[in-house]
This record gives sequence, C-alpha cells and structure tokens, in this order.
Amino acid sequence: MTAVAAIDAVGLVKSFGGVAAVDGVDLEVRQGEIYGVLGPNGAGKTTMLKMLATLLPIDAGQARVFGVDVAGEPHRVRQLLGVTGQYASVDEDLTAAENLWLFGRLQGLRSADARATARRLLGQFGLEDAADKPIAQFSGGMRRRLDLAASLITRPPLIFLDEPTTGLDPRTRGQMWDTIRGLVADGCTVLLTTQYLDEADQLADRIAVIDRGRKVAEGTPDELKTSVGDSTLQLRLAPGADQELARGIVLRVAGAEPVLAPESGRMNVPLDTADRAADVLVGLRQAGVSITSVSVAKPTLDEVFLAITGHDTEQADEQNPTGNAAVGAGIPLEVK
Amino acid sequence: MTTLIAEVPPRVVDPAAAVARTRPRASLADTVSQTLCMAWRALKKMRRNPEQFFDVALQPLLFTAMFAYVFGGAIAGNVQSYLPLMVPGIVAQTVLTTCMATGVQLREDMDKGVFDRFKSLPIARIAPLAGPMTADLVRYLIAAGLTFLMGVIIGYRPGGGALGVLGAIVLAVFTGWSLAWIFTWIGTMAKSARSVQGMSMMILFPLTFLSNAFVPVNSLPSGLADFVKINPVSHLVSATRDLANHAMISSEVGWTLLAGAVVIAVFAPLSVHSYRRHL
Repeated sequence: MTAVAAIDAVGLVKSFGGVAAVDGVDLEVRQGEIYGVLGPNGAGKTTMLKMLATLLPIDAGQARVFGVDVAGEPHRVRQLLGVTGQYASVDEDLTAAENLWLFGRLQGLRSADARATARRLLGQFGLEDAADKPIAQFSGGMRRRLDLAASLITRPPLIFLDEPTTGLDPRTRGQMWDTIRGLVADGCTVLLTTQYLDEADQLADRIAVIDRGRKVAEGTPDELKTSVGDSTLQLRLAPGADQELARGIVLRVAGAEPVLAPESGRMNVPLDTADRAADVLVGLRQAGVSITSVSVAKPTLDEVFLAITGHDTEQADEQNPTGNAAVGAGIPLEVK
Repeated sequence: MTTLIAEVPPRVVDPAAAVARTRPRASLADTVSQTLCMAWRALKKMRRNPEQFFDVALQPLLFTAMFAYVFGGAIAGNVQSYLPLMVPGIVAQTVLTTCMATGVQLREDMDKGVFDRFKSLPIARIAPLAGPMTADLVRYLIAAGLTFLMGVIIGYRPGGGALGVLGAIVLAVFTGWSLAWIFTWIGTMAKSARSVQGMSMMILFPLTFLSNAFVPVNSLPSGLADFVKINPVSHLVSATRDLANHAMISSEVGWTLLAGAVVIAVFAPLSVHSYRRHL
C-alpha cells in the first residue's frame, strides 16, 4: 500500500488583478519528507502556501492534503495542518502562555489540557521563563519559536513554514533547523518556503524552484546543485577583454558553460570542485584574457536561478553542450 | 499496547488517524465555545488597553450633562422635564457610537498577524467576529448604565422604576450588539481602520440626529418628520422611553427587537462572507 501524498496539487493558479501570482504549479509532497519551495521574493511561494492552507481561494487547479480536497472541505484540511507565517501570528496583547492556551481552547482542548499543552510546548521551545511575559518584549527568535509552537498544539501531520528563518541570527537559525528536523522525526511532513539555498540544502529532501509563479525545477538538493556545479567561480573580465575567447577557454578547461551575469563582463563558472578554479585562471592568463576580479563561492540561489531560468528561456531549443547537463538532460531534474 | 520495536522510533503523528479524526465542519456547540474563547481574548485586551473604555465612559457623562443644560430650557422649558425625553435618546446615541468603535477595532485587529492564524485554524468562521462583539456587550452595558446613572445624578427620576430601566438597558445592549454587525461588515470591507471610522460616522450622524432622540417629532417639518418616524433609531429611542419612563413593553419594543433580528440575519452572513474573502 502506498501512503496517500501529504500534498497533491495539480495546476494551481492564483491571480491578483489579472496578474498570475501562481501560474499552474503542480506539487507532490510525500508523507514524512521536508519539501522546500525555493524562490526569490515575489515568486509566488507564499501565495501558493496560502492557497494550500485554505487562506486564499484557489482560482484554478486542484489540491488535496492527505487526500482531502482543499477547496471542497477546507474545515477538514485545517485540522490537518499547522501554519507558521513569515511574521509571528500570535496575539501581541496576550502572554505566551495565554496565546497557546487560547489556540488550544479554540481547537477543542479542555482548559486544563490546553494549559498543560501550553506548558509542555513552552518547555520544548525553551520559552518557559518567558511564559507570562507580554509578546511585545519578545525577541524575533522567541516570536518565531512561539509561533511554531502555536502551530503544533494539535500535532497536525502537515506543517507549513513560510520562510521560518528569514531575519533570524545564525544561532537561532540553527536551533530552528533542529526543531524542524525534530518535527519530521515525529512523523510530520513539512512544506517549507525559503529564499536561501543553504537552508533548503540543509533541511529539504526535495526542492521545487519557483520563479514568477511557475515551478522551473524540482529535485533533491544535490541534483539542484549539480546543475550549477558544486562551487562557482565568479570572474569579472577587464574592459575590452574578449568575452568569446574567455568563454571558449572556460568551456575547454572547466568543461562547463559559463553563465553570463547581467552586468557586462561578469561570468559565473560552475565547477564540480573548487580546485578547477586555478586551472581556469591559468588558462585565461595563458590566452592573455585580463580579469579585474575573481572569487570562488558556493552556488547561490541567484546562480541556481540564472542557470535554470536562463536555460529555460534562452537555450530551450538548443542542444545544451555541457554546462547545465543535469538540467539539459532532464534526468535528475525535472525542468518545466 | 506500548511495546515498540527498538529500532523504529515511535511515530508520534499518524496522518491516517488524523484524517480519520477530522470533522467536516464546526458544530454549533463548537461555534459557541470558540466565540466565547474569542470573547475572553477581547476582554483580556480591553483590560490591558483601558483607553478603549474612555469613549464608553466619557461620552455618557459629558453628553448627558451637556445636552441637559444646553437644550433642556429651549426644548422642554426646563432641565427636569427634558430629562425623560433626552436620557433614552443619549442611551441610544452612546450605544450606537460604541458599536461604531466595534467596527473600527475589529478592522485594526484584523490587520494583525494573529488573524491569519485564526483563519488557518479549524474554527467556525464567525467566531473571530462574534467573539469581540460578545465582549463588547460589556461596553454597551457600561455605556447604557452610565448614561442612566448620570441622568439620575442630575435629577432624572425614571417612572418605570429599576425594572423599567433594567429592561431599557437590556434592550439597548441587544440593539447595540445587533447593529454592531453593520459596522463589523463595514470593518471587513474597508481598507483601513480610518476609513471604517469615516464611513461609520457618515451613517451614524444622520441616524442619531434625524431621530426623535433629542427633540419631539411634532416640532419637525413634515418631510423630515416622515424620515424620523421610520428611522430605526427613533424606534429604539421610543422603546427605551416606554421601558424606562413607563415600564411598558410597547409595540416599539417589538419593532426594535424585530429590527435587531433582521439586521443580524442580513449583516452577520455578509460580514462572514466578506471576512473570508479578505486578504
């Protein structure tokens, strides 16, 4: 018996004033996985999440949560999921304990049970000392934790986390990651949106890349990163340098198609190992191509994006030589 | 049975069981209990932001004294004989102003993040609206009670006795609660709390001043008098007078109750509908 998908969405569409914020997204999230939705601001991540969470009506398409139709039976769907937004959705005028008690009561817990659950969650999230303080005195990290705690009162099997660590300091961020892993260990399924590739990398079993309301790629973090190389050599050519020549050298030495950045003279070279950077630089030097700056970095979301959407819009009909082999061949990555 | 195979961690969350547990909609009992939870929240907030009480406390005290001494002589000959006419009018006016505040506050509240959570919870859609309104019963009670108290202090002796006054207060509270649905609806429709305030004022002022709240109807020109007679606020004022001054459950009381029920029947569903559409 195969378990029903935690989320099964087909052709989701949401428009605001004639502009499609989400434009025909399919999504299948398996039970027990962390599924990352990666995309820049305004890509439609939050809108998609809100539709799945019954917070926004679905304009077209269909979505099921554990087999329950989101549009048809929203009340049942709401009993299956916890939502934690980008900003803390707790009551500023109540204390932490009062907030959790209220949300517990609203979901049918008896007063004493709601109080016990509140205490347990506050302990679990390291907030017991702040239980009776007004939220106004909470730090950003404390608010996020309280907000997540509030989503877990009834132990829903599916948790939506909308950019759970945006604006958090690195330490708090790490704690949040541990908490999210803990949820999955308990049997939850997590749908996570993020702007950070490393966050999706750290947490997600599978990732969908969303751009302008469309899913442009989907795969495991490794598959995604392979598509842009393990690290990226960023080069800025000196003014007047021969860009075509440089491209040829990179292609020959690194075996990868450089991705031209929007600024003139800048190119990003996906590398399977950072060691290759030296080979590229030597190659350029021997050919007399002058550069003004150079750096080696882990691929960023920008590069994943440029690589994936660049391929999508410019090279769709061409035989893609080497660069985005994974994307071009479509084997590990499903490219729309 | 608690034995588990050692290697397999206990799965605390079981999706299949969770799906089986779900209920298709909130029952009436759930709705009532959720509304009361939301009312509890609103009362907590009221206690922590006491400025919410200023309008319900100050207006009855100030307006009662002001209107009595300014208009008493001109309209009824003297302050004493104006009070039985005016105090029920002020009661109606204060309660209406208080319901306007309901809409404004709801709008402010809805703009906060916590309302997103309420929407995502499996609770009756009406509960986040009805809860604060239920808590507002306390404010209507204070507003109506204080107006009568101030009236008594400056010499009003209600002919209906304590029971009549009590009846008048209960009627005013009920009417306030039902009319508050109109302002709740405006609150869910408007773009900001400020526009709720503006729109509500536009509705409220004509309704309260073009009524029999402060002047006898027979003193008005005929066209205006016709409007004043059909104005629901006039019925509330007359009903309040009948109860407070004569302890009489008149047809005016019936009309007021009916009007309140109609307003609820129309505007409660409209509010919920518009609340659900709200981003």
